[in-house]
Parts: sequence; structure tokens; C-alpha cells
Amino acid sequence: MRMLYLEHLTVSFDGFKALDDLTLYIEPGELRCIIGPNGAGKTTMMDVVTGKTRPDAGTAWFGRDINLLALSEPEIAQAGIGRKFQKPTVFEFLSVFENLELSLAGDKSFLKTFRARMSSAERERIGLVIETIGLRAHRHTLASRLSHGEKQWLEIGMLLMQEPDLLLVDEPVAGMTAQETERTAELLLGLAGSHSVVVVEHDMDFVRSIAGRVTVLHEGHVLAEGTMDQVQADSRVIDVYLGA
Amino acid sequence: MRESNPAGASLLATLIVVSVLVPILNQLVPATSPFHVSTYVLTLVGKYLCYALLALAVDLIWGYCGILSLGHAAFFSLGGYAIGMYLMRQIGTRGVYGDPVLPDFMVFLNWHELPWFWHGFSHLWFAMAVSVAAPAALALVFGWLAFRSRVTGVYLSIMTQALSYALMLAFFRNDMGFGGNNGFTDFKDIAGFDLHNDGTRVVLFVITAATLALAYLACHTITESRAGRVIRAIRDAENRTRFLGYRVESYKLWIFVFSAVLAGVAGALYVPQVGIINPSEFAPINSIEVVIWVAVGGRGTLVGAAAGAVLVNYAKTFFTAALPDAWLYALGALFVGVTLFLPGGLMGLVPFLKTSKRSKTSKLSKLSRTPA
Repeated sequence: MRMLYLEHLTVSFDGFKALDDLTLYIEPGELRCIIGPNGAGKTTMMDVVTGKTRPDAGTAWFGRDINLLALSEPEIAQAGIGRKFQKPTVFEFLSVFENLELSLAGDKSFLKTFRARMSSAERERIGLVIETIGLRAHRHTLASRLSHGEKQWLEIGMLLMQEPDLLLVDEPVAGMTAQETERTAELLLGLAGSHSVVVVEHDMDFVRSIAGRVTVLHEGHVLAEGTMDQVQADSRVIDVYLGA
Repeated sequence: MRESNPAGASLLATLIVVSVLVPILNQLVPATSPFHVSTYVLTLVGKYLCYALLALAVDLIWGYCGILSLGHAAFFSLGGYAIGMYLMRQIGTRGVYGDPVLPDFMVFLNWHELPWFWHGFSHLWFAMAVSVAAPAALALVFGWLAFRSRVTGVYLSIMTQALSYALMLAFFRNDMGFGGNNGFTDFKDIAGFDLHNDGTRVVLFVITAATLALAYLACHTITESRAGRVIRAIRDAENRTRFLGYRVESYKLWIFVFSAVLAGVAGALYVPQVGIINPSEFAPINSIEVVIWVAVGGRGTLVGAAAGAVLVNYAKTFFTAALPDAWLYALGALFVGVTLFLPGGLMGLVPFLKTSKRSKTSKLSKLSRTPA
């Protein structure tokens, strides 16, 4: 069984086809990089998977049983798909610990969170994720005080709290220093295997350093798929993207 | 992880002191003494406390959830009208026309029986229930439609303003059965006690102070809970919160309805004390004024909102007596000034006061304490 089945997805905005008959499969535990020029449909694809945008045609299944097109954003998040935005979006007025607390998996209704008391299992889980994302020293630091890179890691940590099966990560290393980029690569590689990870990225060196398989999007559909070397050797890819 | 809350403690302490001291100074200190508090002042402060409760409601929805409601006067007025209907029924044969069942304005309109929606209002408990239920129901329907359609920001503010304005126009109509532009007034008594009696006024005052304290505690409990952190998360990053699996719409709805209930209770406490309710209470400017109180006190602080309401209204009382034409200009200037120079409101000044105090004391403590 595959993790994600996207078949013949089409999304148009006022006649412009952001996605045009896109078909894409993601395997369990896979780390997949998606590249492509601006307007290739990378973000729109993530919008469809997370329920933000509804396609005009096509199907999107999460595993065998979950029809993503029938679910709302919170339902998709609860089903096990976590999304990291391009711009780091953490809750600035909360500490690292509290950011992760709000990201805990479980019942998220108002009455439940109103009465919620932190259990020791939850505390442990938060501690574990803080270790994973390497922010132990900043446990009680306000998120607004974190550096750009640390915010990105915190946001990845927030996704991990929900114990997702699939992580969608939009441009994780944009604006990072070389050192931060390296640590992010380690983090994502560590997550692959136990999670499926889909990374949209422009930084080719970064993609080369982490990706098993690379998918090239162009004008809303898949142009090429394979290892970084295969993709870079593909003449169509060179024409539209890499050669430019 | 519970933090100490000096501002909240001072608010509660102030309310306790005020609700003990003011009645004593009114009832036991002779009118000739300089310490005597007249019933006029007592009622005035009671009115301020109702406004403080309304400000608390607006701060909860605006300061914590980021929803700028410009229609809270509508919830306030609905609560007030519900109690007003009870007070009208209590007048009985003491009205100008002496009709035992129909309030004066109905006799004047040549109505012969009580409209169906006036039944039940001869009981105080029923009117109190409606003063909570009517604002809650309106907020529930309005909020459900608006939040589900993801109307946010300035569009939502305009809709809340329009809601209040539409209700004002509706209540102006005589056919509505709420006294038209005259509204309700000339009340006689409440629960068998004469409203013009000083003792009744003192009791209403103390009930208002106690309600404000309870409402503050309720708001504080909500905002300090995990749900409270979710609400602030929605304010700052709505999409992030949604993608974490929270039903943003349902959180907004809960807070909006609770806020409307607080506003309704404030209106219900207000009307018996000021002795009148008419459609001008729904006026758009009233909702906007509440927002200014909250901004002046400091949004997202609860205590600041309550303090802002009292301070601005005290200024209003003073100004409208001394320079009646200047008040609206002063209010506008105040809002502009606070927005430009004091974005955290008066509560935003508190940390500055604290740090300047601490820098003095820390020098002393360094001298007296050996490093660990």
C-alpha cells in the first residue's frame, strides 16, 4: 500500500491551470523532494492534499481508505498529515514547550482543551520532540526570541507532536545559514523511514544532499521523476528549469 | 506553571473594597460628612462597573481571539431590554393609563392584549434567563454563519456593526412591541423592592460588583487554560492552528457566544440602575466606544479593559458636564493617541514601571545577598 495517491488532479484559477492532470504517488517512509520553477504547482499540490484548495477534477487518497477531498483541514491534520508552511509559522507569544503542547495529538474540541491538564505522558512526549528538533536549551524560550532556523525546527516539531504519517515541508531551508541547512538535512533524514516526508525546495544542493527520489513539476504536471542524477540528465528538465 | 497575577488580584481587591466601602459611605455616613457618597455617585459607579463588564466581553473576543466586534452594544441592549420588559410589567396599575396588564405604550398604541413574546416577563427569573439566552442565540446564529464562511477582519467588523444598526432600526419601530423610540422607562420596582430606594440601589451596586468579579474570574480561567492558548494562537496564526487540527470556527463560536452573554448580563444590570432603555443603546457609536475603552486600558489584558472602561467613562462624565461639545473630539483624540503612542494601552505601561522599580531594588539586593 502506498502512503499518498494523487491522480489526475486539475485545479484552475480563472482559466490558469495551477495543476494540470497531476499524478503522483508517495511511498511509506520515503523522503521525496519536489522541485520545479515558480508557478509549477508545488504549493497548490500541498493545498489540495491539506484540504485548503479543492480540485476541479481528480482524486486524492491518503492510504487506501481516506478520501482527502471529502475532509476539512482539521480533519486531514487529525488523519495524520502535517504541513509546514514556507514562512515559519509558530505561535510567537508562547514558549517552545507551549507551542508543542498546543500541537499534541488528541481530541481538540473546545471543552476538552478548556479542561485539559498536562499528563506526564504528554510532558514526556514533548520532551522527546524537543530532543529530536535540538531545542533542549530553548525549552522555555518564547518562540518570538528564536532565530529563523530554530523557528523552522520548532514548526517541524509541532508537526511531529501530532504523530503524522506524512509530512509536507515547504521550503525548509530558505533563509538558513549553511550550518542550519546541514542540521535541517539531518533532521529530515532522521524523520524519513518512520514518516513519509515530502519536501518542496529550490536549493539544489540541499535537495541533492537529502533526496532519494526527486519529482520535477512543470506547468502543473509531473515532468520527470527519478534520482537527482537522472533528473539532472533529463533534457526536458534542463530545458525548463535546470538549464536556465 | 501558573503565573502570579498581580493585576487580576488588584482588580478583585478593588472590587471587594469598593463593594464594601461605597455602601457604607452611602448608608452609614451622614450626608453632611465630607466622606458621604451620594446615591447619585453610587449609581454612577454602578454604571461604570456595567461598562467594565461589557469591556471585559469585548476584550475577550478582540484582545484574545482577534475578532474586532463593533456590535457588542447589540448584545448589551438585548440583555437590557429583557430586564426592561420585566420592569415594565412590574409597573402594573401605577402607569399613566392604569392598565393592570398592558404597559402604557401598548395602551397608547390601542393594543388590547399582550403580544405573545411578552408572556413570562412578569417573572424576574424568566427575564434574567432571556437576558442571557437572547444575546447568546443571536451570537450563535450570527457567529455560526460568519465563522463558517470564514468571514474575518474588517469585513466581520462591518457586519457586526450592521447587525447592531439593523436592530436599532427595528427597535425604533412601534410595531415591534418594544416601545418604539421611547423604549422603556419610569420603572417602579424590582423583585418587590422600590427602585428609587437607596437600599435597593446599594444591593444592585453590590450585585454588579460581584458579577464583574465573577466574570473576570471566568474570563481569566478561560484565557489561562489550554483552550485560551488555542484562542490566542487563532488570533496570531489562524491557518497554522487549523492545520494543527483545531476547528477554528468552533473555538471562535464558543468565545463569541460567551462574550455576548457577558455583554447581555452587563445590559441587564445596567437598565435597573439607570432606569431607562431605548433603541439608541444599539447605536453604532456605542459599540465603537467600548473598543476605545479596551484599547485605552490595554487589549488582551482583561484588567486593563475593565480599568479603561471606568477611566474613559469617568472622563466622559466630567467632559460632558464641563465641555459637552468637546467630548467626541477628546474621545477621538484619545483613541488616535493610544493607537500611535501606547499600543499596549495603560497596561502596557506596567512592565516599564516594574523594571524601573526592579533596577533600583536589584542594586540593593546585590549588596545584601552573597552569590550562590
